[in-house]
Formats: sequence, C-alpha cells, structure tokens
Amino acid sequence: MTALAINGLSKVYDNGNQALSDISLQIPQGSFYALLGPNGAGKSTLINILADTVLASRGAVSLFGHDLLAERSWCKRRIGVVPQEVAFDPFFTPREVLAFTSGLFGCKPDFDWIDELLTRLELIDHSGKNTRQLSGGMRRRLLVAQALVHKPKLVILDEPTAGVDVELRKRLWDFMRELNAAGTTILLTTHYLDEAEELCDHVAIIDRGKLLTARPMGEMMREIASSYLWLHYGKAPVLTDAASEQLAAFEPRLSEHGICLKLGKQEGGSTFHQAYQAAVTCFGAPLDAGMRREKLEDVFLRLTGKQASRKTDAGDDHASD
Amino acid sequence: MRPINALGAWTLFTREVRRFLKVKMQTIVTPALTAMLYLIIFRYAMGERQVPGMAVDYFTFLVPGLAMMAMLQNAFANTSSSMIMGKVMGMHIYLLMAPLSAIEVVAAFLAAAVVRALVVACVFLAVLFPFVDLQLLHLGLILFYGICGSIIMGGLGLIAGMWSKEFDNIAMVTNFVILPLTFLSGVFYSVKQLPELWQQINHANPFFYLIDGFRYGFLGTGDTDPYASMLVVMTTVLLTILACWQLWRIGWRMKE
Ligand SMILES: Nc1ncnc2c1ncn2[C@@H]1O[C@H](COP(=O)(O)OP(=O)(O)O)[C@@H](O)[C@H]1O
Ligand SMILES: [Mg+2]
Repeated sequence: MTALAINGLSKVYDNGNQALSDISLQIPQGSFYALLGPNGAGKSTLINILADTVLASRGAVSLFGHDLLAERSWCKRRIGVVPQEVAFDPFFTPREVLAFTSGLFGCKPDFDWIDELLTRLELIDHSGKNTRQLSGGMRRRLLVAQALVHKPKLVILDEPTAGVDVELRKRLWDFMRELNAAGTTILLTTHYLDEAEELCDHVAIIDRGKLLTARPMGEMMREIASSYLWLHYGKAPVLTDAASEQLAAFEPRLSEHGICLKLGKQEGGSTFHQAYQAAVTCFGAPLDAGMRREKLEDVFLRLTGKQASRKTDAGDDHASD
Repeated sequence: MRPINALGAWTLFTREVRRFLKVKMQTIVTPALTAMLYLIIFRYAMGERQVPGMAVDYFTFLVPGLAMMAMLQNAFANTSSSMIMGKVMGMHIYLLMAPLSAIEVVAAFLAAAVVRALVVACVFLAVLFPFVDLQLLHLGLILFYGICGSIIMGGLGLIAGMWSKEFDNIAMVTNFVILPLTFLSGVFYSVKQLPELWQQINHANPFFYLIDGFRYGFLGTGDTDPYASMLVVMTTVLLTILACWQLWRIGWRMKE
C-alpha cells in the first residue's frame, strides 16, 4: 500500500521562485525513504507543504488514500514532521512542550511514551529545564520528540541531524530504524549520503524542483550506480589509437600506475569480462586488479553535479574522500 | 467531515494561560503597581475635584475606565505577544501543523486573552476598591463590556501578531494605534467636557463605547446609553471573530 502519494506537485513562491515543478512520488507504506537533493532543491518546500506550513500551487497529495486537503485533520493526526529550522518555546520545559504538542494533536499526553522519547533522545536529564537552557543539538532532538509524541504513522524528518555529532546521530538512526521496523513510514532528508544509503530502502533525488529519479535503494545501486574496474600495471599504460578504440566503451581513465574502466550493465551482471579481456589484449595481464562500485554519494554527484552537503554547515561533513 | 479537536483547543488555551502566568511581573505586579501610582497621583495629588455634569469625584470616575483600559491593553498584549514570539522562535508552525481548525485556534487564543484581562482587572480593582466609593452596580453590564472588549482586543492582537514579522511591528501597532485609541476613548475625561467636534470624533472610536459602558456598570451614569451600545459592541465582536477566523483559515502572512 502507498503511504503517501504525491501527484504533480508544484510550488511557486510569491516572489516568483519556482521551488517545485510537477513532482510525483509514491512512498510505500513501511518504507524508509530518502529524499535527497542539493541546497535549494526544494526538499523543505515539499515537506512544508506536507506539514501545511506552505501552500502548494498545484497538485494533489494523499495519505493512505485520504486527500491531504479535503481531510486535513485526519491526515495531520497521522503525520509527524521535524522541521529544518530549530524552533523552541522559551516558556516551558521539554516535558511540558511534549505534553502540549501531544494535546494540540488531540492526544491525551501519554507520559510513559513522553518519558521514553526523552530517554531515547537523550533529553531525560534536561526534561525539567527551560528550553532556553538547552543547546542547539538538544533543541533539535526535542523537535524529533515533538514529531513523534502523537505516534504518527508517517514521520518526516527534514535534516534532523544537522549539527548532531556522529555518536548521537547513530543512536538517533537506531531509534528511527526501530520505529520503522514497528511499521512507521519514514521520509528523511539528510546530506549524510552514506548514512542514507545504509538506512533507507527507497531514494528519490530532486534538483531545482524537478524529480531526477525515484526508486528502491537496491535498484538504484544495481542499475544506476556504475562499477569500475581498475587494473594495476605498475606504470602508466600507453594508450595507442587502437587501444583507445577498443576501450572506448569503458571510458578509460589512465593513472600513474594503471587504468580504470567503467563497466556497463548487461543481462545478469556487468561487462566485467569484456573489459578485462580488452585490457589484456591491449596491455597484457595486469599485476593486480580491483573493483569499485559507485556509492550513493557518487551517483548523486553524477546526477546533480553538486555536493549534497550544506555549505552553511560547519562541522565534520566531508572530512572523508 | 472533521471531528472537533476539543482537546487541542483546550491545550492551546491552557498553554496561553500558563504562558502569561509565567510572566507574573507583567500580568499581576504591573497592574497592581500602576493602580497604586494612579491612586497617589489622581487621588492625593489632584484632590477631590468633581467631574462636570456628573455627581462623582474625578478619581471615582477614573478607576473603572483605567481598569477597562488595562483589560483592553492586556488582552491585546496576550495574543499579539504570543503570536510574534511564536513566529520569531518558529513555534507557530505547530499551530499550523496540528489538526486544529481556525475556529478552534481563534477560540483558544481569545479565551486566554479574556482570562488574562479579567485577572488584570481583578488585581487592579482589588488594590483600589478600599480607596474609592465604587459598587458593582450592574454586574451584567460590567462583565458584558469587559468580556466583549477583551475579545475585540484579543482578536486585534491576534491579527496584529499574524501580520507582524518582528517584535518591532507589534510595538508600532501598540504605540500608534492601541495606545492613542485607548487614551482618547474617555478614560480620563467625560466627553461632555469636550468641544462639539471632538465629541463626535469620540463617538466614532469603538473603545469609547466599551469604556463608557463598562464605567456605567459601576457608576450608573455615563455619556451613552449602555444598552443601546450593546448592539454596536456585539457587532464589533462578531466582525473581529470573523476576521480572525478567515485570516487564520487562509494562513494569512503565515503560510507561504
Ligand atoms: N519563503 C520563500 N520564499 C521564496 N523562495 C523560497 C522560500 N523558501 C524557499 N525558497 C526557494 O525555494 C527553493 C527551494 O528551497 P528549499 O525548499 O528550502 O530547498 P532545500 O530544502 O532542498 O534546500 C530555493 O531556491 C529557495 O531559495
Ligand atoms: Mg531544506
């Protein structure tokens, strides 16, 4: 069953910015769905339309078969959104904020659940403090708790881990995984693509308001992600015209020590064998060989031509690679 | 068909009430203190001058009007400060995300504004009652005008809060609209003291009817017939509520 069906959704802001153009997306029930895109792609706009804080210009959305506009109240009770911008209520404590949020959503506060949320999100030691005294990371975790307090069927997280350190992030993902295993559908935006690849079973990539691709993660990595074969010769091979022609299909890239070939797809696997044979014909047997598969990050970069990371984000984002 | 989210509206109402109870300085101490200042200035410094055309001394005349003015200003402050604070802190999105209809949100906000106004009026009057010869002559009129006035001002505060993008916008509305209108509404004078032209201008100020009707409830005398003004006041209440409801429904200046 489809948890969320988005049909031809467009958004033009008052200043003329076209943030979304004709986006259609199906989010299966029980999925852990990554919505990815570079800065300004329109992710938050999409999420804010679902949250009812931004009005759509065109298009329809339905949640478990119920129209989002016609049955707002029914739908709202079943959606929990973590907004991208940190918000907090300076008059109250995290426990009070959670009780209020629960009430606003029409649920009598369930203090066992509130305590569990505070514990899992590592706020329990701060649950009696005024939210003013919380750090930025704690406030963001409180937003996660607020999104979960009415036990929504669909949880939407807009960059919930910006500014959250690695360890905490891991524990937050573990919690999300548990909720997902218990049947909650999760839609997530993040610029930690390694984590999205590991965590999510579906992925959509948008850029400049347009949907580039949307498919199950496995299919994405099988069919869109490329594999590369690198062959080690101990020196740079000489690419004669004949060799160039023979290897053209593999988009050869030379390095100091060898050559890297891009493998194509074919029935049941890849063109590994043809590539290897062609290289042996041109340069002889290699001294060593290896395979490298594109990661989600590479696919993302190839499709959008942009990094996923947020420029404004200070931190440990791209220390790797 | 949508079910009524009574718990949601009740939660919002209690949150708004608890919010103003947390700033006791503004809601309890300030009205008590200003009451005492008025007492010193107007009763002891100005003496026992009579109001022309009325059989009451100036201070007795003044107290109900001042109480009403405090109510109006506090009702406005409660909704407008809550909205602008929510916007600046980003918390207002929870009101948009929650399954609350416009009428539930408006009802909760206005009810909380009325409660705050009543608390302030009670504190203010409790401090002054021992020093002034006032009775709750027509309690029905007092409550009618007090509550209607608070609803109107709470509603205007809500609209001003929705309109504002920053604290300064609210301060502007308070200083240039609310303060002049409340001060020039016959709190400090009987319009009979004014030249003809100013009398007419006063009659166009809706706050004038509110304050005059409220004062009538204590003094049994005033510039207008408080029963005749009821219709004007009720119409204004209705229009205010309708405006709030419609603006919230379309997400005016909140949903892009
Ligand atoms: N309130 C707004 N008014 C006008 N343009 C906006 C507004 N919010 C976002 N945009 C524009 O819409 C586009 C998408 O923004 P956003 O949805 O925040 O992207 P993302 O979350 O993917 O970074 C951007 O070009 C952004 O500048
Ligand atoms: Mg965003």
